[in-house]
Amino acid sequence: MADGKIGAVLVVGGGVAGVQAALDIADSGFKVYLIDRAPSIGGVMAQLDKTFPTNDCSMCILAPKLVEAGRQPNITLITNAEVTELSGKAGNFEVRIRKQSRYINEEKCNGCGLCAQKCPVEAVDAYNRGLNDRSAIYIEYPQAVPLKYMIDREKCIGCGICQEICRAEAVEYEQEDTETTLKIGSIILAPGFTSFDPRLKTEYGYGRFQNVVTSIEFERILNASGPYGGLILRPSEGEIPRKIAFIQCVGSRDAQLGNNYCSAACCMYSIKEAIIAKEHVPIELECTIFYMDIRAYGKEFDAYYNRAMEEHGVRFVRSRVADVGEDPLTSNLFVHYVEDGEPKTEEFGMVVLSVGMRPPENVEKLAEVLGIGLNRYEFCQTDTFSPIETSKPGIFVCGAFAAPKDIPESVAQASGAAAKAIAVIASERGKLITVKEYPPERDVSREEPRIGVFICHCGINIGGIVNVPEVVEHAKKLPDVVYAEENLYTCSQDTQVRIREKIRELNLNRVIVGACTPRTHEPLFRETLREQGLNTYLFEMANIRDQCSWVHMHEPERATEKAKDLVRSVVAKARLLEPLKKPVTSVIPVGLVIGGGVSGMTTALELARQGFEVHLVERAKELGGHLRHIYYLLGSENPQEMLRSIIEDVSENERIHVHLNTAIVDVKGYVGNFTTIIRSGGNEKQIEHGIIVVATGATEYEPTEYLYGIDSRVLTQRELEERLAKGQFNAKTVVMIQCVGSRNEERPNCSRICCSQAIKNALKIKELSPETEVYVLYKDIRTYGFKEDYYREAADKGVLFIRYDDEHKPRVTRENGKLMVLAWAPILKTWVPVEPDILALSVPAVPNANNEHLARMLKVPLTKDGFFLEAHMKLRPLDFATDGIFLCGLAHWPKPIEESISQACGAATRAATILSKKTLEVEGIVAHVDEDLCVGCGLCITLCPYSAIEKDETGIARVQEVLCKGCGTCGASCPKRAITMQQFTDAQIVAQGLAVLRGVVHG
Amino acid sequence: MTEFDPKIVGFLCNWCSYAGADLAGVSRIQYPPNIRIVRVMCSGRVDPAFILEAFKSGADGVLVAGCHLPADCHYISGNFKAYRRVTLLKKLLQQFGIEPERLRLEWVSASEGDRFATIIKDMVKEIKKLGPNPLRAGGKTSG
Repeated sequence: MADGKIGAVLVVGGGVAGVQAALDIADSGFKVYLIDRAPSIGGVMAQLDKTFPTNDCSMCILAPKLVEAGRQPNITLITNAEVTELSGKAGNFEVRIRKQSRYINEEKCNGCGLCAQKCPVEAVDAYNRGLNDRSAIYIEYPQAVPLKYMIDREKCIGCGICQEICRAEAVEYEQEDTETTLKIGSIILAPGFTSFDPRLKTEYGYGRFQNVVTSIEFERILNASGPYGGLILRPSEGEIPRKIAFIQCVGSRDAQLGNNYCSAACCMYSIKEAIIAKEHVPIELECTIFYMDIRAYGKEFDAYYNRAMEEHGVRFVRSRVADVGEDPLTSNLFVHYVEDGEPKTEEFGMVVLSVGMRPPENVEKLAEVLGIGLNRYEFCQTDTFSPIETSKPGIFVCGAFAAPKDIPESVAQASGAAAKAIAVIASERGKLITVKEYPPERDVSREEPRIGVFICHCGINIGGIVNVPEVVEHAKKLPDVVYAEENLYTCSQDTQVRIREKIRELNLNRVIVGACTPRTHEPLFRETLREQGLNTYLFEMANIRDQCSWVHMHEPERATEKAKDLVRSVVAKARLLEPLKKPVTSVIPVGLVIGGGVSGMTTALELARQGFEVHLVERAKELGGHLRHIYYLLGSENPQEMLRSIIEDVSENERIHVHLNTAIVDVKGYVGNFTTIIRSGGNEKQIEHGIIVVATGATEYEPTEYLYGIDSRVLTQRELEERLAKGQFNAKTVVMIQCVGSRNEERPNCSRICCSQAIKNALKIKELSPETEVYVLYKDIRTYGFKEDYYREAADKGVLFIRYDDEHKPRVTRENGKLMVLAWAPILKTWVPVEPDILALSVPAVPNANNEHLARMLKVPLTKDGFFLEAHMKLRPLDFATDGIFLCGLAHWPKPIEESISQACGAATRAATILSKKTLEVEGIVAHVDEDLCVGCGLCITLCPYSAIEKDETGIARVQEVLCKGCGTCGASCPKRAITMQQFTDAQIVAQGLAVLRGVVHG
Repeated sequence: MTEFDPKIVGFLCNWCSYAGADLAGVSRIQYPPNIRIVRVMCSGRVDPAFILEAFKSGADGVLVAGCHLPADCHYISGNFKAYRRVTLLKKLLQQFGIEPERLRLEWVSASEGDRFATIIKDMVKEIKKLGPNPLRAGGKTSG
């Protein structure tokens, strides 16, 4: 080991942030230990029903990541565990982990769930937030990773039924807690958050009134696998409510409680819950959201907020609710609030409290053990220019523990933390990971199919309903089946040995397992085939448990018939299976970063720190981008000093090649192998590289409103900042108008940074010239997270905040040289005149004019607003759908410096997962074009969502296998049937489909 | 004469609907055993020819199920492609003498086990009303 460093990382917390960091690190060639206090990973996201602003099903998008984390050979999951001791220093830590007993042997438990079915004990289901019961032996949720049961010893009565019934002999009542020591090079903290306990806000009645629930409880109520099966019912008596009130900022923005910060995600999740609730309840349901400011500051969030109002009829009331009372007869709730200066009372059937985020449980102990600093709210201490670094070198942070945030920001920051954690141990890449050796693959191309069938009893999960021996006998008679047997558990380790024996002994060249679902178990069996030298694609599964015995429990005979049909249908498919090769492409270990602002420079530096060459292309004559115009921040850091230091780091780094005054002319190629032509002056140059990061930033909107450009006293915030910084400020009265050029018809979305920018300038004015009057005219103040502190500080220092709405936009006139602003005072219901010496307009960051051109060259999409559009708004915030191209910073959406830096580090990590590999192996299930049949109509090219098909020189379609994701839509549309979607060929699908119909027509 | 027991072939996308069908199992939600599921990676993979083949071979009903519109599709837009194809095919089915109600396109997410079971129950009920696939009326002979 070079200088004693260890190529392993400890990730604390298995929520979506921790899982993302773990996957990125393992994928870059390092060992990961992922620990979680809970019995399964998934965190809070696993409890959510849908996610904003796309209303994606949370579990649908999360589960594949969890399964991947569970399977990644270089990620070790340690559940029910916490860190108890730490020693050593960055690069070489030693950490002690205490693992609480499950009372279940994790090696033996195969998650069949029979124990939980038979357990006589009813315990409170914490996953469903206590809204229903579970057994004492349990998993947190059906898709739990790892799928290992656990005994709740506080509830367990020790009856012994589970031990008796478990055929895998996994129940171990005597199992004890264990301690282990791990050696690691760096640590990522992703312990997430806990929800605010609303009992502390006694006036809202939580815990006293049954129909007052928290937002996370409501999330479970909305969920189809939640306590009421997806029906919205009142906990009091199970009736459907007609009116639901959502109360915002419960435990957030509350100085009395000491939680002055904003929890950042609650406005959006409440809007989402209101929309989904209205979709769920077929009768008329009224949803009302009581709020102080709607903080819909993220990518396309305002459009979502507008849709909630206009399309879904969600009602918004700007008021802090005073208290909630209950009608004891009906269990209805009375919400007391003040609107427009008048006290009001309204009756609701249910009240949902939008509870804020608190630091994770036991955070002081964690901080003490690790030696990291916490901020005044006990979240992790970080700085603007180092948003991922804790106070201790070698320990990094991401997700809600760094500051309350939503899922995509957590995911981006998790990738960013991975970059930092890897940089510490970059020299150790590949040293601690295991690369498994396999025997050479047997050539079966000339063999007739010889199929082996293994039917699982799954304890009694299948065998208790389906007549397994009968299914085995049926299988034996099917064409090309040379062997069939039944197993107690086909997934168990001893059966894997048996399958391998049978492959060898009987020269099997296709294997079928009739058991549970291929979604969880196919990789296991494929691995078994590979270990015996069979191509992994010569395998199929018949799902006779999840889709048969479990859903036809009262009809054993018909279930048996169905199981036979299902086995017969996969045998029909298996006869046609062919071995597939996983396409391999080489990787040029060089990055191209487009844009030399703080994001682009950060990405370039992080890639260079990991040992990769980078070309950094900037169209301006110097590096720095927007940061050149930022002179001070809300915090104490000096941005110009930081900028100088970053530029110095970039310039001095020999792996970074800076190209100034340079434009991108042409981009060709695909992941791992791009060729780009750049032009500077009249000279063109060609660069070969493996990945692209788009960090092209955004442009400040040039206002046409409010006499800007006509009267010299009207400035943008950036111009005001420059004056303040350069000592050119002199004014007795300053008016600021928010949302100039944003949140309007042309640009419906929020620009995220302008509220903080205005408050930053207002505070600077108060610092330099305390007697100057400052008025901020706003629609909603969106100082999310800890920025809320500065909002409060500004208000305390006498900055006047006056709200306006679209009907009462400020009016600006100039008469006889006097600048006059008329502001609507909502409580007085009158226009108030102010004569400012300076009128500062808060204008948005808008997309660069040449985004369209660049997007076309890169074949990546833009949003309606014209910003670059990532592969997935929630879980792939830094990737484009096209492999090998990434994005970060303002090119993605307006955002403050610390978020740009987090994203830039994250983009570097995502890129490094590719650059760190000599070759890329991609999934073998790809489309193939038969050149003799293709007529070059180009339909498939139009349909392919990944731009993976192109025409070759002869006009024939050609699939770039490394880009193909195997969806098969091209195959479904080819008029000449020239496209074969391998592993799901037309012939295979039809054979499988028709085999189940045997006995209908063809007997 | 025994009661008509429809056979339904289901083409389910791997990521949402097949997962939804699995969840019905995990949650032990019971539904009639009339459907035989064929897993495909994406509902956009389902060639109208597969559906026609199934009807030709005597299926009494065909279900195509994928991720919810608009944005759930694992492959960006395969669900929209399925939507277009199935909608068009339903119009054509009438020409072949097959009631369009025998073909259904549904969106089922990975957390909608209950919805999947409800769809199957409903489909079985509707197809029982329609009776056997007209193409196999008297066709039980070839076996």
